[in-house]
Amino acid sequence: MTKKEQILLEKPDIKKAEDVEKKAGTVEVFIMGKSYKVPAGLTIMKALEYAGYRYIRGCGCRAGFCGACSTIYRIEDEQKLGFDLACQKVVEDKMYLVQLPFVPASKAEYEIEKIKPTESTILEIYPEIARCVSCNTCTKSCPQDIEVMKYIQRAVRGEIAKCAEISFDCIQCGLCAMRCPADIKHYHVSQLARRLRGKYLDTRSKNLSKRLKEIGNRKFDGEIEKLIKMDKKEIMELYKTRKIEAEEEDTGGD
Amino acid sequence: MMKSIKLVEEKREKNMSKPVKPMSMKDREEVLGKYHPDYMGGTKRELKVGIDKGMLLYNGIIDLLEAKPVLAPKDVDLSKIDYDVDLLIIGGGGAGTVASLFAYESGVPKDKILIITKLRHGDANSMMAQGGIQVADRPEDNPALHYLDIYGGGHFTNKPELARALALDAPGIISWHEDLGVMYDRNEDGEFQELSGGGTCRNRMHSCKDYSGMELMRNIRDEARNLEIPVLEFCPVAELLMDDKGQVAGGVAFNLETFEYYVIRAKATILATGGSGRLHLANYPTTNHYGATGDGLIMAYHAGANLLDLDTIQIHPTGDAYPEPLVGILSTEKIRGLGAIPLNKNGDPFVFPLEPRDVESAMFIQECKQGRGIITPTGMPGVWLDTPMIEILHGDGTIETKLAGEVRKFKRFGIDMTKHPILVYPTLHYQNGGVEINEKTETRVPGLFAAGEVSGGVHGKNRLMGNSLLDFNVFGRRAGIYSAKYVKKAKIGKLTLNHLDKYNKMLEQAKITSAKTAPIILPEYRGEMAISRALDIF
Repeated sequence: MTKKEQILLEKPDIKKAEDVEKKAGTVEVFIMGKSYKVPAGLTIMKALEYAGYRYIRGCGCRAGFCGACSTIYRIEDEQKLGFDLACQKVVEDKMYLVQLPFVPASKAEYEIEKIKPTESTILEIYPEIARCVSCNTCTKSCPQDIEVMKYIQRAVRGEIAKCAEISFDCIQCGLCAMRCPADIKHYHVSQLARRLRGKYLDTRSKNLSKRLKEIGNRKFDGEIEKLIKMDKKEIMELYKTRKIEAEEEDTGGD
Repeated sequence: MMKSIKLVEEKREKNMSKPVKPMSMKDREEVLGKYHPDYMGGTKRELKVGIDKGMLLYNGIIDLLEAKPVLAPKDVDLSKIDYDVDLLIIGGGGAGTVASLFAYESGVPKDKILIITKLRHGDANSMMAQGGIQVADRPEDNPALHYLDIYGGGHFTNKPELARALALDAPGIISWHEDLGVMYDRNEDGEFQELSGGGTCRNRMHSCKDYSGMELMRNIRDEARNLEIPVLEFCPVAELLMDDKGQVAGGVAFNLETFEYYVIRAKATILATGGSGRLHLANYPTTNHYGATGDGLIMAYHAGANLLDLDTIQIHPTGDAYPEPLVGILSTEKIRGLGAIPLNKNGDPFVFPLEPRDVESAMFIQECKQGRGIITPTGMPGVWLDTPMIEILHGDGTIETKLAGEVRKFKRFGIDMTKHPILVYPTLHYQNGGVEINEKTETRVPGLFAAGEVSGGVHGKNRLMGNSLLDFNVFGRRAGIYSAKYVKKAKIGKLTLNHLDKYNKMLEQAKITSAKTAPIILPEYRGEMAISRALDIF
């Protein structure tokens, strides 16, 4: 068997793109300027793979959480540039696209134990935020639709908690930082804000500190030891008959 | 599809008034036997080579364990060491990064630590976890109850000492997160908002909206960056290195962009390579990230480590089946918890919505295999999850407030889940087992530690929700601490890759002539047309 036959044989057969092509028709995309016909309905990520590209960079979780696949595109004859995640955006006809393999945005180093959440903390660590010209390009570039400029202005004003709240859904793809005329590294700024808030501003759990003391005093060691030594039948019975707190409530879930 | 949605709408009122009853144990067993990959014939076979010879494992994993090691020892010059460190951490996800922080705190100098990772630092399943993390910290809860849930959920197959560590270390972990600055969902008095999850007897799931894993990973990674822990990206380790005393002594890394190898000598090595969803075991789509190809299992096995519980996989019933970009991505269990009912193409209910994950999945598969599923324009089967029922049950706006993340996901594709049902099909979610470890995260090979999804024994044959974020923190921390202790005494002998020659000989003796090589490093998703026309001339 040749290497090629081996690869084809082992390819996961979840769904054949060739069948997709027959059913959904094709569109023309320009991958870094080169024309390829790909099945309509594929994401940019899957379209590149269909065309024969094998990812090393520009591909991570494939589900919109990691920010590895930021993509810049422009539809032929249109004025506006588009920004999105390759794993979440479906290809459009005559789309010219390029992916961002890396974002050169330096992060400040700080000792979270030593800094304090004052009005000027963020400004001291990232002074460039004061240069924001309110052009809102960052917000327009955000694939998560976060109000990026708003949280930067909150940071300038020293409103740490609000900056943290607005920025919470940031996947740190870096598109904002690549577009900013004032060279702000928005996603690093908001990371600092969220850590300051989580560490210093949110009220701590009292239940947790009580539990930690109990564990320190080995309160549960005996009980768990008993469960470990219990014979299988007994522990199975105990498990089946245990009271479930949330029987009638809404459940969470991953 | 629109015709089928019409039927769903017409029958909605009737479906809500006549719920399907839970199945009997006998019916459950029958459908599992026929349609769950763990129980069906043809998904598994016995391993023919190595220390676990005779063990039943998924075919896709055996294919790789019975493949030739990808690295040929003669191609590597071990006399030139590129990185000489105390601690090599293979994998830059949750477990690996946590391990680096605690190894540093335990006295390993930062320039003697090296995190090496296949993709970027933080590209990992850890980043994608939505639901949350289980910690027994409320007065009406305790770690013993958490232990019982872990052990029962794992069908009483977990290693008890590992389940104990998971439950007992948990409160300490979340306190460490508070110190780092993780923004947990809290009530106004500062106490955590805690939800219930499948298989847990108390509400103990702590969350950060539905970006829990991302918030944890961002903070942990930021801390590692502040400390300047060295990280080498896009350089997966292809095989472990050993020494003439039979200890693991580092690894050989492969630069994905220049194709060079690097010899890394280390006094201790932590395997934190994560799961294997991208092997698409039993041909399932997956929720996993691009690099989840099970490399750690393979290289550890080559070095003589043993495996546990890889005869089970966790499939989650409600992976997305439509639209195409979302195929395999998760839709949370909470949707059913809030009252949405699964329906077939005729708009008829066919299963109690909250069966255990394995049973619910098997029922979805049965419905599709018997021709009552919906087929999307891209050929993907699925069943409806009638989300508008939630608004009828709990009032308008419920979905927007309780399932904000899901709403955003579907909105991106023009789907309004408050008005239309969503289409789902089971998806490969988690590797329950892996390389066997003990409480100190040691494997059976000296010098090799393991933590996170790559390890086996913590969850037994089934992991409960909310315990994987906990796992990478608890055992990542332990791996950092115990490996730091180990390096103080460790002495490395002469480096060798003889274990690979030996493995090749074992394959020969077992008369295995696979053309494959392993680990595979990245999955192959290129179009068939493109591959079949590719020339190997450049």
